[in-house]
Amino acid sequence: MKLHDLAHARAGDKGDISDLSVIAYRPGDYPFLCEHLTAERVRRHFADIVRGRVDRYELPQLYALKFVLHDALDGGVTRTLNLDAHGKTLSSALLEIDLPEHPEDDRR
Amino acid sequence: METVRIGSGAGFADDRIEPAAELAERGRLDYLVFECLAERTVALAQLAKLRDPDAGYNEWLADRMAAVLPACVRHGTTIITNMGAAHPLAAARTVARLARDLGIRGLKVAAVTGDDVLALVEGRDLPLQHREDTLASLGATVVSANAYLGCEPIVAALREGADVVITGRVADPSLFLAPLVHEFGWSTPGMSTVDWHRLGKGTAAGHLLECAGQVTGGYFADPGLNDVPDLARLGFPIAEVAGDGSCTITKLPGSGGRVTVRTVTEQLLYEVHDPAAYQTPDVVADFSGARLEQTGPDEVALSGITGRERPRTLKVSVGYRDGFVGEGEISYTGPNASARARLALDVVAERLRLTGLPATGTRFELLGIDSVHRGAGPARAVEPVEVRARVAGRTDTLARARRIGHEVSSLWLNGPAGGGGVRRTAHEIIGIVSTFLPREEIAAEITMLES
Repeated sequence: MKLHDLAHARAGDKGDISDLSVIAYRPGDYPFLCEHLTAERVRRHFADIVRGRVDRYELPQLYALKFVLHDALDGGVTRTLNLDAHGKTLSSALLEIDLPEHPEDDRR
Repeated sequence: METVRIGSGAGFADDRIEPAAELAERGRLDYLVFECLAERTVALAQLAKLRDPDAGYNEWLADRMAAVLPACVRHGTTIITNMGAAHPLAAARTVARLARDLGIRGLKVAAVTGDDVLALVEGRDLPLQHREDTLASLGATVVSANAYLGCEPIVAALREGADVVITGRVADPSLFLAPLVHEFGWSTPGMSTVDWHRLGKGTAAGHLLECAGQVTGGYFADPGLNDVPDLARLGFPIAEVAGDGSCTITKLPGSGGRVTVRTVTEQLLYEVHDPAAYQTPDVVADFSGARLEQTGPDEVALSGITGRERPRTLKVSVGYRDGFVGEGEISYTGPNASARARLALDVVAERLRLTGLPATGTRFELLGIDSVHRGAGPARAVEPVEVRARVAGRTDTLARARRIGHEVSSLWLNGPAGGGGVRRTAHEIIGIVSTFLPREEIAAEITMLES
């Protein structure tokens, strides 16, 4: 199962930091996301993109996780050679993450 | 005033104009706010001003104002915008002149200046954020330094009766917090007691509005999963804020888009990093306890926001000349497209090496295959129907930057079969770094013009 099946996401940037929000469609999936979508899992997914650390923040009442990826934009929007200088597409790239199947899935 | 109705007329420099006109006409707004400055925009505007002393403000200023001014004057809606960029005074003159041309007399247009701190910081050993070196080490490459001002100078302009307030660099949410502080008489840090929670709530409302359509269904649609009705006619948001700081986000009936807990959650968390410490010049807002509730069709209420004492320093964005970038792209299609595109990249790399082009970084990639994910992307064995090869590199001169695109365009006659659709560019990079100044060093000023 892809993260895309369970959540929507948005990317932002400040300097060389990419800031990704992941929001569960269904509240029931939030604990599952917390368990599997760790900072380390996200760092591995973007292994060739993120050079610094990945911080994760939890917002349980919004069923959301926030990931802050340091040194992730090749120097930031002004000097990067990335075609997508802001890293806006990283939100959708994140939704590519493969997650294990889980019981909640049967209800859909 | 029991509630203040604030509309968002733009979320970035190039935003659409029609939704703002629709809001000005039908929004019953007290305020219409246009946020049009990204991190780099002021630095680029500063360069434009160096070339032409009357330039340096947002290129769409006159178009936007022509589209909304008559309705705003008719409905008593006050306009606030950072479209002044590097030159708020010239922008204010333009708006006053435009108002006269439209037959609007007595319009008070305020320019807020003082964010330009270049003379104040030049050559100083100020530490740079996320870097080892200091501002002094950038030497003569520095082209701009702008402090993020808070809501206070805008509040002062409103108190003087401004109908239009034009600023340069001001923290985005502060543009929206200012009318709330002004209308509700919220205490601000100069006063004896400060209600940081209310400033936090007002800042959150501003944050929801500052990207305009990004809270009403823009940048959200994912067909089949997140459908957005009538995206082509996306309406911009309205916040209805009460004196206690509670706020509801909505949009005009009949406009496109949607306001749901999902769309508002995406915008609430957008670019805030640590949700418990969203720092602006006015307050450190805490979004970590935020709650959103669908209170009606296209209507979402925000609660649970708090705030604490503002930072002692102001962030300063410094623009500096940071070399050049050259780029070239070419498309391949049909059978074996990606193999020919890869050959094209190899050939360009070899030619740049043979001709000894000094570049401090180069990128060789295939759009449609590895331009976003690069090495770690999901492995997909499917051969693309078409693919676009891209070469980009950083150089120390414009001439060298141009040679990168030149080697791509020369693939026309000297590369693999069937390449087409070459584009090449070369441009100077204006880098941005941040430093901090004690707020006491920075003095904002207001100049009032009248049409």
